[in-house]
Amino acid sequence: MPQETITLEVFRYRPEEDKQSTFQNYDVPYHEHWVVLDAINWIKDNVDGTLSYRWSCRMGVCGSCGMMINGEPKLTCAVFLKDYFPKVIRVEPLVNFPVERDLVIDMDGFMEKLKSVKPWIIRDDTDQMDQEYLQTPSQLAAYKDFSMCINCMLCYSACPVLDGDPEFIGPAALALAHRYNLDSRDKGNEQRQDIMGAEEGVWGCAFVGECTEVCPKNVNPAGAIQQAKIASTKAWYRSVLLPWGKR
Amino acid sequence: MRQMSEALQHDIVIVGGGGAGLRAAIAVAQLDPNLSLAVVSKVYPMRSHTVAAEGGAAAVIKDNDSFEAHCYDTISGSDWLADQDAVELFVDEAPRELIQMEHWGCPWNREPDGRVSVRPFGGMTIERTWFASDKTGFHMLHTLFQTLLQYDAVKRYDEWFATKLLIEDGRCQGVVAIEMRTGQIRCIKAKAVILSTGGAGRIFPFTTNGAIKTGDGTALAYKAGVPLKDMEFVQYHPTGLPGTGILITEAARGEGGVLLNKHGERYLKDYDLGEPLEVDDPKHPQKRTMELGPRDRLCQAFMKEHEKGNTIESPFGDVVHLDIRHIGEKKINKLLPFVRELAKNYAGIDPVHEPIPVRPVVHYMMGGIHTDIDTATPMPGLYAVGECACISINGANRLGSNSLTKLLVFGKRAGVAAAKYVRSCGKFDDSSLESQTASEQARIAAIFNRTSGNERIAAVRGDMHHAMESGAGIYRHDATLATTCEKLAMVRKRLGNIQLDDRSNCFNTELTTMLELENMVDIAEAVAHSARQRTESRGSHQRTDFPERDDQKFLKHSMAYRTEDGTPRVEYLDVVITKWPPAKRVYGEKPIESGA
Ligand SMILES: Cc1cc2nc3c(=O)[nH]c(=O)nc-3n(C[C@H](O)[C@H](O)[C@H](O)COP(=O)(O)OP(=O)(O)OC[C@H]3O[C@@H](n4cnc5c(N)ncnc54)[C@H](O)[C@@H]3O)c2cc1C
Ligand code: SF4
Ligand code: FES
Repeated sequence: MPQETITLEVFRYRPEEDKQSTFQNYDVPYHEHWVVLDAINWIKDNVDGTLSYRWSCRMGVCGSCGMMINGEPKLTCAVFLKDYFPKVIRVEPLVNFPVERDLVIDMDGFMEKLKSVKPWIIRDDTDQMDQEYLQTPSQLAAYKDFSMCINCMLCYSACPVLDGDPEFIGPAALALAHRYNLDSRDKGNEQRQDIMGAEEGVWGCAFVGECTEVCPKNVNPAGAIQQAKIASTKAWYRSVLLPWGKR
Repeated sequence: MRQMSEALQHDIVIVGGGGAGLRAAIAVAQLDPNLSLAVVSKVYPMRSHTVAAEGGAAAVIKDNDSFEAHCYDTISGSDWLADQDAVELFVDEAPRELIQMEHWGCPWNREPDGRVSVRPFGGMTIERTWFASDKTGFHMLHTLFQTLLQYDAVKRYDEWFATKLLIEDGRCQGVVAIEMRTGQIRCIKAKAVILSTGGAGRIFPFTTNGAIKTGDGTALAYKAGVPLKDMEFVQYHPTGLPGTGILITEAARGEGGVLLNKHGERYLKDYDLGEPLEVDDPKHPQKRTMELGPRDRLCQAFMKEHEKGNTIESPFGDVVHLDIRHIGEKKINKLLPFVRELAKNYAGIDPVHEPIPVRPVVHYMMGGIHTDIDTATPMPGLYAVGECACISINGANRLGSNSLTKLLVFGKRAGVAAAKYVRSCGKFDDSSLESQTASEQARIAAIFNRTSGNERIAAVRGDMHHAMESGAGIYRHDATLATTCEKLAMVRKRLGNIQLDDRSNCFNTELTTMLELENMVDIAEAVAHSARQRTESRGSHQRTDFPERDDQKFLKHSMAYRTEDGTPRVEYLDVVITKWPPAKRVYGEKPIESGA
């Protein structure tokens, strides 16, 4: 039997050569066990070395390989050709980001947003290195899901708010901020409040929930933002009503 | 190619943003915020392959554990090739480093009283592996990266690809790197350089290693005249998924998983690894026994079972079964959720209901850039740490969960050592760094612009893979290694016939893949030649023509120096023995009392 094939319709854009983006079709051997990334690698290796994209772990944990697959943000190492075969698969860079080239998006904005929420443990005591801080399994469970984010940016592509307002800090970074706020070892709540409570913070979210839908790691950023809104409201009341009291 | 001559300048440049590089960076930032520090990484740091580590990180923390026991396990696990001064330092420092990770927010699993949990791991007498379910490396890497973000002074060069070390006046004084977004090739001057570029599993076709693990930093040091130590020792992991090579962590066995051959037998009982206990026996799994034996011995057992015809055929090569069903859905979801996810997605089976097909897979490089216990290489100003470096605590076989800890212990040490060095190193001649950069630009431009040659990267890389797999795998022989060396020499020649499709400067991954391939060929040759010259069997290096360990001749590290034509000259260096004289490795029974 001749080798079956599947067609990938791939977004192309090289800033030095191309005035505007185009699509290029590639016929790729069809294997049931192949993920979309395998097909893209096959193109790169065998027919067109000029196609640029990011990947590394091919096991859904490094977060590099996110792309739009038939209009939906996906990790290409975690979606299979068989789920699309025999139809054409359209491969595009993640939306809501500038494109550097082909399937490579510009991550600068996210890296700044991530930093802005202070995603690290904040305490005012100095580290005592003789013992761990105690944290019970239920204290761990309180934030664990929100710590599972691989920064794959699928939720940024799904977010309708980011589509109109690129300044919005966005689901993943807000979920991470919330993760630290919920961590029993952390005392940085107040320091994160300014940015969390700002317009481009949790209040920017229109609670559409698309982010949680597309998240491949079940982080539930929409839930994090919702919880953070409630916490932020409480913090606001405390700051208005009890400026002298314990905040 | 875009040329750009203006040099960038820092006190310390760290090449590599994985666990080791980030730990080193935090150490420098904390020690002296006035030092100008840069982290160069070919991927965004949180994409580094530390992210894929699953099982955990070892350190003595529980009352039933001891310094001696962790040392003894590591040294016997190494088949006595580890340097014992380095092991002692490592074991002593390990608990503080994992506590530090805890203080930085790593979500370690916990006991009901709030203390961290530990789990058993292969080759360890006592459970001492800290874990964050089965995504330990992911959590450690993100914790380190996010912690580093608070140090504003640290300059990151994300997606910059280092191509060369700058050496002048007998010292390492910086690197040349390609800014991938623009294609510019830049000179980054530094008083000290720390290499933390990770392993090189991608020299083999079937590996748990991600695409970025191509041994770049190792090759850069090697080309600059620094010896590579113990390169013949390549760790296979006994439980990779067929086809993809995706890892099923040893923690699956630490939590009680068992290995079965095609007759449903726990075949490890036939390989000097002790007697199996029933899976519902409260003492199962027994430490240093059966499924919790060391990786080298488990992979060798697989090969023997395969010879006997006891393995199971699969479309992607023979497999055995890793059975974790008896652990139960609840515990699997709590302790091994990623194993379940990976097995479902990539093997199409749910391990709650079916055994997981697995086969040995290339996993870890014990060998690497030669350093002392302060992570200093013989080249002044050049430090190396993490999987790219060989200190050596791993010797001929690394114990699972020692590597993540090693990144931290020695990462910090590298940062401290480099900071100390730059404060006292004074001034030296750096007049040629820019001209060296210009010649590196010309070298890369020549590859980029080559219009002759009919080879593709993938074909040449495929032949390198085949050469390594067919001759330098789990069992080796002079004849197979000789063939491998010959084939690699041919592969090297063909590098010059590769013509690239891509003539764009912006994010040209074909060019970087080409440079990675060049690096890998260097590493592959170092592995094959070092293996050929070690005419004994020790740990992961098994020679069918020399089946015994030979302490008389080979209680020594191999040291590969690159020669003009790319092949290595191999010399030897004595192993450091402190308290544990070489003895037989015993598994499956109580080990010889430690400290003997
Ligand atoms: C699947 C898997 C599971 C594992 N599980 C465990 C475990 O449970 N416990 C354990 O102890 N060990 C485990 N290990 C081993 C351990 O994870 C690795 O040895 C360790 O993470 C390596 O860390 P590193 O910092 O040295 O390198 P990496 O994390 O690989 O980082 C290398 C860095 O160098 C950069 N780099 C490389 N080349 C260049 C270049 N040319 N220019 C610029 N930058 C460059 C990369 O961008 C990256 O940032 C596992 C390994 C694998 C593959
Ligand atoms: S929250 Fe989920 S979708 Fe968003 S970046 Fe993190 S892992 Fe990806
Ligand atoms: S390649 Fe790492 S997440 Fe897909």
